[in-house]
Amino acid sequence: MMGMFLEEIVLGRRIALGECRFTTANMIAYAKKFDPVGFHVDEAAGKASFYGALTAAGLHVSAEWMANFVRRNTIARGALAAKGKVLPEVGPSPGFKNMRWLKPVFADDVISYFTTAAHKRLLASRPGWGMVTGFNEGVNQNGVLVFSFESAVLTRSLSRQR
Amino acid sequence: MPVQPQVGLVLPLGPYIVTRDELLEFAQRFDPQAFHIDEVAAKSSVLGGLAASGWHTASIMMRLLCDAYFIDADALGSTGIEEMKWLKPVYVDDVLSGEMLVTGVRASASRPDRCIVNFDAFVWDAKQEQKAIMRSMVFINASNA
Repeated sequence: MMGMFLEEIVLGRRIALGECRFTTANMIAYAKKFDPVGFHVDEAAGKASFYGALTAAGLHVSAEWMANFVRRNTIARGALAAKGKVLPEVGPSPGFKNMRWLKPVFADDVISYFTTAAHKRLLASRPGWGMVTGFNEGVNQNGVLVFSFESAVLTRSLSRQR
Repeated sequence: MPVQPQVGLVLPLGPYIVTRDELLEFAQRFDPQAFHIDEVAAKSSVLGGLAASGWHTASIMMRLLCDAYFIDADALGSTGIEEMKWLKPVYVDDVLSGEMLVTGVRASASRPDRCIVNFDAFVWDAKQEQKAIMRSMVFINASNA
C-alpha cells in the first residue's frame, strides 16, 4: 500500500485518499452503463423511490474509492521514487469482502475516502509476496460513514526481492 | 411478470463482450494502473496482458444482473457485496457469460413490502474459465416474490 514493500507497511494508520463530488451527470453516466435501475438513472424515478431522490449506484461509490486510491498511491510512489527509493511492482487483488453501502449517496454529496492497513502476512504459496488487507471507508460531507469494505492486495516482500 | 425467486433458481447472465475501448475508458476513469491502461507494461506484469480493472468486472456483473433480473423484479437496492472474488484476469475481447444462483429468499422483518434475495453470481469466458464470483443480496418489491 502506498508504494511500499510488505515489511514497510504500517498497520492501523488511516490514510486520507481524497474526495469525490457526486453529480447528477456523473451518477447517471455510470448507472446507465452498469446499473440502469430507475432510481439510479432517472431523477423522477429517484424522487418517487424509497430514497426520495436520485442516488449513486453502489459500485459507482466503490469505483470512485479506487480512483482516489490510485491517484493517492501514484503520488506517494512518485515522491518515494524522487528520493531514489526502489519501488515494488504493484500487485493484483484477489477480491474484497464485506462491502457495505450504508447510506445513499445523493447528487452534490462529497465523499471523502480513506484506507487503513489492517493485517499483513507472507504467503507461503507465493514466495516473495505477501497479502495486505485493509479497511476502507467513504464519509460524506456531514461526517457520516456511507461506505466501507475490506480490501486485499498482493504486496511484494523484501525478503525475496528479485 | 418477473420470475418468482426461490432457493436454487438459476438465471443466465450475458453474454457481454469486453471491448478494448470500454476496458481502457473504464480503467482511465477509475483505475489507471499500468496493467489496465498500458499494453506494453501489462504484458510484463503479473496479469500477463492488458486486463480489465476488477471494478470494471464487478460493474459488468451488476449490469448483467440488472438485465437478467433486477429491472424486471423492481429491485429496490442492496446493502452491499458480502464477497467479490477476482479469480482470473478479464482480457480484451473476452466474452463473459454466467449465472445468478439464488441462495436465499425471505421477507424483510422491518419492511413487509420488501423481500430480500441473496445470490451468488458467476461469470466465465468463452473457454468456460471462471473469472469472478460475487456474493450479494438485493431488495425486491414483495409483490414480485
